[in-house]
Amino acid sequence: MDKIKLTIDNKPVEVAKGTTILQAARQVGIKIPTLCYMNLEGMGVENRPGACRICVVEVEGRRNLAPSCATDCTEGMVVRTTTPKVLNARRTVMELILSNHPKDCLVCASNGDCELQDLAATLGIREIRMVENAAFSTYRKDYSFSLKRDMDKCIICRRCESMCNDVQTVGALGAINRGFTSVVATAFEQNLSDSPCVFCGQCVAVCPTAALTRTDDTGKVFKALADPTKTVIVQTAPAVRAALGEEFGLEPGTLVTGKMAAALRRLGFDKVFDTDFAADLTIMEEGSELLGRIGGFLNGDTSIKLPIFTSCCPAWINFFEQNYPDMLDQPSSAKSPQQMFGAIAKNYFAKKSGIKREDLVVVSVMPCIAKKYELTRNEFSSDGNRDVDISISTAELASMIKMANIDFMSLPDEDFDHPLGESTGAAVIFGTTGGVMEAAVRTAYEVFTGKTLERLEFKELRGFEGIRTASVDFNGTAINICIAHQLGNARKVMDGIRKGELSFHAVEVMACPGGCIGGAGQPYHKGNASILKARSQSLYREDAAKPLRKSHENPYILKLYEEFLGQPMSELAHHLLHTHYFDKHHKI
Amino acid sequence: MKIELKDSHIRQIKDICNSFNNDPGELITILHRTQNLFGYLPEEVQRAVAHNLGISAAKVFGVVSFYSFFTMTPKGKYPISLCMGTACYVRGAENVLDEFKKELGIEVGGVTPDGKFSLDCLRCVGACGLAPVVMIGEKVYGRLSPSMVKEVLAEFK
Amino acid sequence: MVQIKMHLLVCGGTGCRASESAILVEQFNKHLQLNGLADEVKVVTTGCFGFCEKGPIVKVIPDNTFYTQVKPEDAEEIVKEHVLKGRKVARLLYEDPETLEHISDSKHMEFYQKQVRIALRNCGFIDPENIDEYIVRDGYAALGQVLASDPKETIELLKKSGLRGRGGAGFPTGLKWEIAAGNKADQKYVVCNADEGDPGAFMDRSILEGDPNSIIEAMAICGYCIGATKGLIYIRAEYPLAIRRLEIAIRQAREYGLLGKDILGSGFDFDIQLRLGAGAFVCGEETALISSMQGSRGEPTIKPPFPAQSGYMGKPTNVNNVETYANIPPIILKGWEWFNSIGSEKSKGTKVFALAGKINNVGLIEVPMGTTLREVIFEIGGGIKDGKRFKAVQTGGPSGGCLTEQHLDTPIDYEHLTAAGSMMGSGGMIVMDEDDCMVSVAKFYLDFTVEESCGKCAPCRIGNKRLHETLEQICHGKGTLEDLDYLENLGRVIKDTALCGLGQTSPNPVLSTMQYFKDEYRAHVVDKKCPAGQCKALKRYIIDPTKCIGCTLCARNCPTDAITGDKKVPHVIDQSKCIKCGACYEKCKFGAILIR
Repeated sequence: MDKIKLTIDNKPVEVAKGTTILQAARQVGIKIPTLCYMNLEGMGVENRPGACRICVVEVEGRRNLAPSCATDCTEGMVVRTTTPKVLNARRTVMELILSNHPKDCLVCASNGDCELQDLAATLGIREIRMVENAAFSTYRKDYSFSLKRDMDKCIICRRCESMCNDVQTVGALGAINRGFTSVVATAFEQNLSDSPCVFCGQCVAVCPTAALTRTDDTGKVFKALADPTKTVIVQTAPAVRAALGEEFGLEPGTLVTGKMAAALRRLGFDKVFDTDFAADLTIMEEGSELLGRIGGFLNGDTSIKLPIFTSCCPAWINFFEQNYPDMLDQPSSAKSPQQMFGAIAKNYFAKKSGIKREDLVVVSVMPCIAKKYELTRNEFSSDGNRDVDISISTAELASMIKMANIDFMSLPDEDFDHPLGESTGAAVIFGTTGGVMEAAVRTAYEVFTGKTLERLEFKELRGFEGIRTASVDFNGTAINICIAHQLGNARKVMDGIRKGELSFHAVEVMACPGGCIGGAGQPYHKGNASILKARSQSLYREDAAKPLRKSHENPYILKLYEEFLGQPMSELAHHLLHTHYFDKHHKI
Repeated sequence: MKIELKDSHIRQIKDICNSFNNDPGELITILHRTQNLFGYLPEEVQRAVAHNLGISAAKVFGVVSFYSFFTMTPKGKYPISLCMGTACYVRGAENVLDEFKKELGIEVGGVTPDGKFSLDCLRCVGACGLAPVVMIGEKVYGRLSPSMVKEVLAEFK
Repeated sequence: MVQIKMHLLVCGGTGCRASESAILVEQFNKHLQLNGLADEVKVVTTGCFGFCEKGPIVKVIPDNTFYTQVKPEDAEEIVKEHVLKGRKVARLLYEDPETLEHISDSKHMEFYQKQVRIALRNCGFIDPENIDEYIVRDGYAALGQVLASDPKETIELLKKSGLRGRGGAGFPTGLKWEIAAGNKADQKYVVCNADEGDPGAFMDRSILEGDPNSIIEAMAICGYCIGATKGLIYIRAEYPLAIRRLEIAIRQAREYGLLGKDILGSGFDFDIQLRLGAGAFVCGEETALISSMQGSRGEPTIKPPFPAQSGYMGKPTNVNNVETYANIPPIILKGWEWFNSIGSEKSKGTKVFALAGKINNVGLIEVPMGTTLREVIFEIGGGIKDGKRFKAVQTGGPSGGCLTEQHLDTPIDYEHLTAAGSMMGSGGMIVMDEDDCMVSVAKFYLDFTVEESCGKCAPCRIGNKRLHETLEQICHGKGTLEDLDYLENLGRVIKDTALCGLGQTSPNPVLSTMQYFKDEYRAHVVDKKCPAGQCKALKRYIIDPTKCIGCTLCARNCPTDAITGDKKVPHVIDQSKCIKCGACYEKCKFGAILIR
């Protein structure tokens, strides 16, 4: 490989050809500030329009300043990153950006978690001349179940546009207008709810300001908790425990399962349950469905269509319903774990505990904001009472813990409550890409072959490649599996299947980078792919440490079938745990 | 303003897109053709174009709202375009524009309530020798002064 | 067969068409018919003659009579007098402003004497809708010559000729072609940038309207040299006549086998498509132009990669502007030495300028590089209108700057204009006189830039808006000395940080006027006065009590009731109510209203 030598701030650097000044500077510990730039390395997630001009540096012999994020190093280049000219330019540009930004930082949804705010502090901006914008944002706010748009706060970094179009291929957002009036918006500035938005929230996950924020449902939870007539129970998704600690200063990938349970109890939840329980249940249903379909298919039943698609991810389901209405019978009919939990809580736990359905409030803590939308789907209510009442994100839970004066770090580790709190290792890995498939294979293999798995880790299903394929030997029958994360990758797989170029028995799709661990409800990854990897590894660690690692070994699941549901895919299971899909092609 | 596209319109849009092999790279040319057909580019037309080309409506809207040649509101029966090129500017186009605004009672970009006139500015029609210049429909009026505005408009009343 | 004895060349450029030249052609034909001359005299609609101030122009060949400002009703007289009887119609001849003599041959007119026409060689001489007329004047001979030789030779010839890009930046054309030729790819593209967007510039349009085949020929030559088989012309939708003539020219070139497969039996294939712009100035920037041609928003992208590496559809693409292409066939036919002998040390050949503003001879001119501003403005341009004083000339459009009296003897070429704080740009040249306020002029250009910024990068999107707002305040008498520092710092930062060439040059009108007219800026912010008297808000209307007889006329005409006073008593203007409409000034019969 060609090496290039240059100096940055008098430090000699040697880099590979094609390295940008920004990357080279980082290599020698010089952190050039950036704003629009974002790069989840190795995941195909990049935003590099060279638009904000904050990362400019002086390059000897060059007429103007160079954007370091988009300028490749050349041999003998002499770069200076902190000359008066550079600093003046950076500060002036920053001042310009701030001059067109509302000044309501104190009450802003991103207060304290805002890249623009941090950068203003770093650059020492203490005055904004030519202030035009009023103190508060005046843009028409666009509220949806999952996220809120306030485009007065948009700095046109275009990250959301890259996510929505290049990464997710959803196409709900794009730049509109020109010049000073340009902004990122939906087509015809319609509401997100009327747009093709699938609520994956990846735009929110990367927004450096509060132009795109999560819908805040913490108030609803506090209100329910304070209502003496209600029994409030909570479920927490697998990926939450791998990221919540980051909000309290812990290293990414630190598992805080025990502290999280303790905090939830102190917040006043009557029962602290685990979505992982429902994940095990999902495997029972989805695994059986998979085996049923494959079995039928192998026996020559031509009415059965393969592959089967996983259905845990609500953003994926939205995307599927809009883009692939011709395949409506192919996703697993199993509800997502959040909704399975809700159905069991409201129909089994409520009865068992003698609580009226309408007096039981089910709250979910999710790494995801599409879940906020999912629970509002009509098919997940009965007589107007939702199976899951409120969904909050990991970040919202952290905010609740802080508001409730709970010193998270000094909490003891506590366990989940029973019966909906027990789970296996298979359920834990639901939170990362490939996890659902690996969990399903563990159960399906044993059920299909009647043999015990000797090796539980299916390494071939793990990793961060956007599309991964593997063939698992089920006693001589090769089961072909495909795993995709990020909807753009899902689209490639789906289009290949539709055209008949690809064929699998089962396909797992998760909308977010790395799966749920990279969801929009999680603390912001700040463009650092290693944070996502650390979260993923922590889930695999928890799986490995669990005494039970196969869903069909979860004793409370077995008990649930015994006491209530009968068999997987039974009539009652069908009624409570399965759903159907709709043609939503009109939305695109 | 919502409009209902007739089947025949949908077919015409489809034909235009087909004639360019439904190539998204031809979006701007296709939008020119469709605007010629409808006089403007309402939301429904843009959606139909997006649908035919297999691209998002947001992308089409992004393009339409970027280029000043495309409009989402119908123009007046007699569209008035005042040249605001430098040559016209230094020869007093601004005063002529003020007079048009006053006479018509509309701002730049507006349409008179009777739908007769719309007022826009454009950059240089290249008739700098005649500055200041205004185009009403296809007709060019040169060497205008504010006092001539009334007279020029009277031709269309 | 009847031999054609006489040609009547009628200008069909946009300016002259606006003055009814198309009806004039009809009238000529009608009267020729009535007089039985239709077979002997041919009326030809040509491209622009350049002398737009005096349009419509009619030229009679073979005697070279140059008629100016010809109206449709003059056709009859020209036919009856000149065509039939050989008597020139004196009243339609050009009158020399100094000697007041009638000049019948354009060769003797000062407007044309200093011009050297290379790019405009055919404009006004041929019917642009007839390829035969182009071919008769050596058209497509250069292509034939090139196709019979090694592409490297042509590139070498261009390099030696010293031709530089006429779009503004002045990049050596031969070198650009060499880079594109050197990049290997299965497909390459030749693009003609005809998105002439500078307000007040219409060179490219005149070439396309007057000599479209020269562009087609040059693009084919470029295709052969760099190894491209596809050409695209990106043209403004605002130029319907140029579009139509290009379409005709392309069709005719295909019919003649000068475009398409196996051109002139050389085995070389080349064809051209038109792509319409849609009203975005920024699309004149080559990367934005490419985005636009791909059906996207016209947002520039970071260079490198340059279009020569990765352009249209990600393939190596050579982008040149219209005037650059128009120069190429003559260079090939007459040799690089010929071209290199014209012009100044580093800027070779000629440059076309669109002369406009407060100048007597508005029009299109082509002069050798190195001609001074004085020669262009006072000799060719005939000086300042209405005997006013020259104040400044703006070159380079919104990217350029204003030059002053001290620059009048500056030779016009890339280096000198840049050194003076302006730039060549595409060739707009707007002359201003003593009545033009330079702060307002800067504001005018900023208004344009704000409107036309694509919005992608922060310095251009927000910075230019702030520059404009600051200038607005200054024009309204609300500026401070600190504002001047603010303008200067912000202007420099935008130059240093904006993404594309347009953003980087957008503060030039402010910076150059601040450099040369600092006193005028200071007058606005310190004295709250506009020396040119253009800034409305800085005007103060007051009543001279010694002249006012109290007739009340002014008070009755004041739209805001700012004027009060009893009959026969001198009136007073309440400055807080005055909106400076000037109604009182116009109405007063006694000269009692003063403007301060």
